[in-house]
Amino acid sequence: MKEALIAENLCKHYGKGNTSVVALDNVSLALRTGEVVALLGPSGAGKSTLLTALGLIRAPDSGSIAIGGQIVFDNGYRTDPAAFRRKHLGFVFQRANLLPFLTAEENVRLPMELDGLGARASAARARELIESFGLANRRDNLPSELSGGQQQRVAIARALANRPELLFADEPTAALDSALGRLVMEMLRDVAHEHQTAVLVVTHDTRALDVFDRVLKMEDGRICGQERSADVANERSRRE
Amino acid sequence: MMNLAIKDIRHKLGRFVLTTVGMSLLLMVVMGMGGIYRGLVEEATLIIDRSDADIWVVQKETKGPFAEVSTLPRNMEERIAAMEGVESARPFVSHTIQRDYHGRVLRLTVQGIPDDGSWLPLVRGRPLSCGHFEMLADKSAKLPLGSELRLGNDTYKVVGITERLNSPAGDAMVFVSLNDALAIRDHQPGEAIRHEREARVRRFEHVAYGSTAVDHAETLRSARERPAALPGLRIGAVLVKVRPGWDVEDVRRRISALPDVMAYTADGQREIMLGGVVARSRRQQALFRKILGAVSAVVMMLVLYTLTLDKIHDIAMLKLLGARQGVIVGMILQQALLIGCLSFALACLIGNWAYPHFPRRVVIVRGDQVVLFAVVVGISALASLIGIRKALRTDVGEVLS
Ligand SMILES: Nc1ncnc2c1ncn2[C@@H]1O[C@H](COP(=O)(O)OP(=O)(O)OP(=O)(O)O)[C@@H](O)[C@H]1O
Ligand SMILES: [Mg+2]
Repeated sequence: MKEALIAENLCKHYGKGNTSVVALDNVSLALRTGEVVALLGPSGAGKSTLLTALGLIRAPDSGSIAIGGQIVFDNGYRTDPAAFRRKHLGFVFQRANLLPFLTAEENVRLPMELDGLGARASAARARELIESFGLANRRDNLPSELSGGQQQRVAIARALANRPELLFADEPTAALDSALGRLVMEMLRDVAHEHQTAVLVVTHDTRALDVFDRVLKMEDGRICGQERSADVANERSRRE
Repeated sequence: MMNLAIKDIRHKLGRFVLTTVGMSLLLMVVMGMGGIYRGLVEEATLIIDRSDADIWVVQKETKGPFAEVSTLPRNMEERIAAMEGVESARPFVSHTIQRDYHGRVLRLTVQGIPDDGSWLPLVRGRPLSCGHFEMLADKSAKLPLGSELRLGNDTYKVVGITERLNSPAGDAMVFVSLNDALAIRDHQPGEAIRHEREARVRRFEHVAYGSTAVDHAETLRSARERPAALPGLRIGAVLVKVRPGWDVEDVRRRISALPDVMAYTADGQREIMLGGVVARSRRQQALFRKILGAVSAVVMMLVLYTLTLDKIHDIAMLKLLGARQGVIVGMILQQALLIGCLSFALACLIGNWAYPHFPRRVVIVRGDQVVLFAVVVGISALASLIGIRKALRTDVGEVLS
């Protein structure tokens, strides 16, 4: 497997003086294509900060990021982050964050149309994606008419619309019950394996860790441990 | 690319409609205020404009007949007419009366006209056909064609209806013959005439004059028997039309040189009206119009700005998805402009219906409308651009939380 993402020595702090917080402290990591990785850690460890840095949403203070072999950040953006996000990255959050005035299908079409794809082609792909998530009959519903799980599935479909090389998910199952949460995690894994997309998932939910290929642990802005998910799952079952 | 602005509007149609209707009502009031101001100015100078006179001749030392009382002897008309450069001279008799009419207050400006009034904008009925007891009434007096009105000793019949003729104070104008106008103005009940004669006799009784008893008795007798000394017929002003080819200012100066009159050009009269009679209410309305305009601008800005702020989360999401700035700006701007333009159009429609029901004239001037429209578009654009600026500055990461 080739490297989908390589990040080196990422640093990020918030605020100034006494209130200054180091959110990322020399973080380096790599993700391979088709790999689904969990990012665990206590609240305030810097998980979301890392995700926004890797996702070219909030620039870190220093360090470098290469995605798909292209250096996109090296102490400053080396490319237009918005255009890069549009073409190469997908995002899923705790809340689905669908545009409330667009139907499920339109929400999925949106990233493709923003990237200049025609209406016909984008509609066809949107339908295909929505169907693959089992929502064929909810296509024309507004987000407010969908359940939380359905909304989250639409959000994942939207994140996949432009066939991203990387998918970032920040606690995508926090608002869902555990069965549904697990279902969503499995979907993310299937996406990673089928579409050869690298998926990084921030989660608190340790029950679904067996879904992941790898588990990263973060504390105080540092990645302090890396395990194969099987080990984590074993450890948990041993404790129980 | 699907039109996000339209889709969003459709989704929140109720709110969109309410916003538009609310803003259109506000705009309607702003437009109306401007129209009332224009109406005030128009009504103030209406008589002067419609009188078609080059020069107004009034009592010496006065700025009559509108700004203050001016009286001239009836024969002044002939004296002026005889002057060089004068094409025609006609008397101007006008006064305002307030009467009760079938339980409502009727305020009329009675205007004496020297002819049948066929030059007036008649919408129904006919001009005056005889010298007495007929009147033409303005529509705003709400006197129906054929109705009768008792003024002084006589009953007048409405034979024609005019439109949009009001006095500077906004009262409806009615037109009667010159003699009728004087009769209405100078009407004296019999009792008043008896009192006048009695007073005259008393005056002579107490004056000895130092003359012979015979003379005194003779004076007393004649005072008792002579008809009451009614004041001579007086008119308010003389309207002069200057002979073609003559310089108006020249003729005016010549008339003004007469020892007992004053002459103003029509423009001079207009200045007297706008600078004096209605100056205060005009200034008041101009000021109020400005304040109202400023308040409405602020309200519109706030409404459109908050409308944009409400979308900040959606805008952040769009940014996260990598939408170009143009897409976001376009969506917000389109909505704001749509609301602005629709509100303006709706305001025009509502105004068209509502303004004729206003108690005073509302004159909508195209130029004012164009300016207002430009301001509305400008405010819509500005408000949403301020909103967009804020929206684009917000942290994309906000979507995460
Ligand atoms: N916008 C910000 N301004 C200032 N400090 C921030 C900001 N965002 C995060 N921080 C701080 O940076 C540190 C890391 O925050 P981060 O949100 O990355 O943690 P997290 O691991 O995602 O926590 P959680 O599990 O609660 O989501 C925290 O100490 C937090 O207080
Ligand atoms: Mg977080």
